[in-house]
Amino acid sequence: MDPLDVSRWQFGITTVYHFIFVPLTIGLAPLIAVMQTVWVITDNPAWYRLTRFFGKLFLINFALGVATGIVQEFQFGMNWSEYSRFVGDVFGAPLAMEGLVAFFFESTFLGLWIFGWTRLPRLVHLACIWVVAVAVNMSAFFIIAANSWMQHPVGARYNPETGRAELTSIVALFTNNTATAAFSHAVTGAFLTAGTFVAGVCAWWLVRARESDEARTMYRPATILGCLVALAAAAGLGLTGDAQGKLMFQQQPMKMASAESLCHTETDPDFSVLTIGTHNNCDSVTHLIEVPYVLPFLAEGRFDGVKLEGVKDLQEQYQTKFGPGDYRPNLFVTYWAFRAMIGFLAVPGLFALVALWLTRRGRIPDQRWFAWFALLVLPTPFLANSAGWVFTEMGRQPWVVVPNPTGDQMIRLTVDQGVSGHSAGVVLTSLITFTALYAGLAVVWFWLLSRYVVEGPLEHDSEPAPPKPPGDDEIAPLSFAY
Amino acid sequence: MALHDFWFIALAALFVGFFVLEGFDFGIGMLMKTFGRVAKGDREQHQRAALNTIGPVWDGNEVWLITAGGAMFAAFPGMYATLFSGLYLPLLAILVSMILRICAIEWRGKIDDPRWRQWADLGIAIGSWVPAVLWGVVFAALVRGLPVNADKQIHLSFTDVFNPYTLLGGLATAGLFAFHGALFARLKTEGAVRDDATRFAARLALPVTAAVAAFGVWTQLAHGNDWTWLILGFAIVSQLSAVMLVLSKGGDGWAFTCTAWTVAAVVILLFAVLYPNLIPSTLNPDWSLTVLNASSTPYTLKIMSWAALIFAPLVITYQAWTYWVFRQRISADRIPAPIGLSRRPT
Repeated sequence: MDPLDVSRWQFGITTVYHFIFVPLTIGLAPLIAVMQTVWVITDNPAWYRLTRFFGKLFLINFALGVATGIVQEFQFGMNWSEYSRFVGDVFGAPLAMEGLVAFFFESTFLGLWIFGWTRLPRLVHLACIWVVAVAVNMSAFFIIAANSWMQHPVGARYNPETGRAELTSIVALFTNNTATAAFSHAVTGAFLTAGTFVAGVCAWWLVRARESDEARTMYRPATILGCLVALAAAAGLGLTGDAQGKLMFQQQPMKMASAESLCHTETDPDFSVLTIGTHNNCDSVTHLIEVPYVLPFLAEGRFDGVKLEGVKDLQEQYQTKFGPGDYRPNLFVTYWAFRAMIGFLAVPGLFALVALWLTRRGRIPDQRWFAWFALLVLPTPFLANSAGWVFTEMGRQPWVVVPNPTGDQMIRLTVDQGVSGHSAGVVLTSLITFTALYAGLAVVWFWLLSRYVVEGPLEHDSEPAPPKPPGDDEIAPLSFAY
Repeated sequence: MALHDFWFIALAALFVGFFVLEGFDFGIGMLMKTFGRVAKGDREQHQRAALNTIGPVWDGNEVWLITAGGAMFAAFPGMYATLFSGLYLPLLAILVSMILRICAIEWRGKIDDPRWRQWADLGIAIGSWVPAVLWGVVFAALVRGLPVNADKQIHLSFTDVFNPYTLLGGLATAGLFAFHGALFARLKTEGAVRDDATRFAARLALPVTAAVAAFGVWTQLAHGNDWTWLILGFAIVSQLSAVMLVLSKGGDGWAFTCTAWTVAAVVILLFAVLYPNLIPSTLNPDWSLTVLNASSTPYTLKIMSWAALIFAPLVITYQAWTYWVFRQRISADRIPAPIGLSRRPT
């Protein structure tokens, strides 16, 4: 067994797993902040209960996001030490800043928020969740700026003496157009995830509790809030995805050619909806369903006159440029991950439209199928997020740092150059350990979330305790304890 | 002062922050199951009270490690690459146990069921004991030197990581964190929980001091230089002050401050004997990674310095404010009743 393959499997599994929890954290923190703000302004207890309810679900999820995030930071050095050596001067800075500028805020103020309900004045306590909401999104920016540098290295030069990439402009790194496009796309995806989560959970409760006051005062407004967020996010994903795609056609033509199974350079090729192939290569691919005009628009915003390079021609160009090697990503994975991402995105959009229609003008839906739809839609944004990352990371293979067509051509690294020199057995040990541990924790995470969703907002969360900053003469009980 | 020297100090400072703060979190986790064994009352409430002393802060404390890792990557990528790949399996064990700990602390109270809590407590115990020992082992192994070859690679043998010196290091950090945690619990609680914490601290005081002193003296004699004697002396004085305060039933705050200084001094000692090396090579001193040959460019270091100078004071300020907000002592009878769900819907 090749240690490179094992290392790639480990990075893939741990990263996709980490990014199950992260989008919910990124999107749900601002939504909880909105809920709490509405409660603070209107004093409407329904929004207090929603804040507490989704706050609990947020915390269950947050724990696993944090726990798996440490692995992410450590395994660059552990498994990709040659990569770390090559890019450390550039790549380390956004990671360190993420800790210093974002994650410290996030963790500290979350602690204040969880335990501070009765210890902080109401507005200060509200400010805490807003700090968390802003910080989680800043976190995302730093990490995606680092990732985008791997996709499209800018602001750096190759130093032949040290044999590594060196930072020349931090501003260029943070204003990398790949980073701004990828950040807006990923964060919009996070809002889709959280909006769908709130809408799905509350819509299910809406049908379940349709006879009660809670349906009208709590579940219906929350469903509508979630649906509006999800719908706006779905539209935003189209726009940001389009912008990102257009950049990718220029910056990583191989990735896009592979996503389209476009083997030969063509003018105005059709967009492929369905292909079959006996082998994972160009020669065995048969395009079954194709749509004209879409692909030229995706690439350059025009309907004709667009020449797109195919995998085979790019492969030849790269061989001339970078020497012999296979520069083609896995065709099957990139093609289908791209389509899965779009397909899974459509489901929550559809659900939001249906839900908004069924709750129009004060209506409380009672259809059982709608309740089922609400539950079944919950996983789809998670799957879309994962598919998107699988697409973009598999699409850059075999590169770990993709050469920038207009940048320093020496800044490039393939995965086999970046991997640590471990034996396959060592990496297999950690792969099995992480996979088993993560699988077990995922079961608990899912069970805990579903247990809390099914239980719904709790009785003891119906009345807010008055904030009571501690005096020196008496000891106030904690409002919350583990 | 050159920027790479500044970043050596900054990296040491981040690890000082991590071990001083997370040190008592580990200590609480290590001692948690022993609370409430003697005192009358509901044992579970005592253990919850102990756990909740770190409730609002442990997560923020852990970020010191994340930032230290990021800072090492950014400032000394050569060290980050060689050390993290070289110490693969010890770091794997640390990661796994810390994952267990995070989930266990956060999920423990979510289900109100004794068996559920048993599992969570097991996670907290593993997640506190294993890193508390292994961080000491890892840092001792680093100070002792690792077989870095000419290609900056480490092919580790068992005795590079586990030998009498590193095991003593693990014993010293684990003991020190337990002692530090007991003093934190003593400072943050009252009533029977505080009595327990005081009892643990009194019992730990002398053996821990012996282990820390032995580890410190060995470090000094084997790797130290003239001025590191000062740091060692300071560590021992602050540790002895803590012991005296515990045994004489003196001020809780002062005793905790003393162990905080001890932890800080031990970490500073380890970094001081390392300097100017980052990873001393046991194969050939010329192959050692140093602040010169493993650091980032001056430009990157400059950017990082600005970020650190602006944000580090801010972080320290709001983390200190958090401790102020939750400054009140807690006790077993003032912990709110468990609000977790039952295992099955009722």
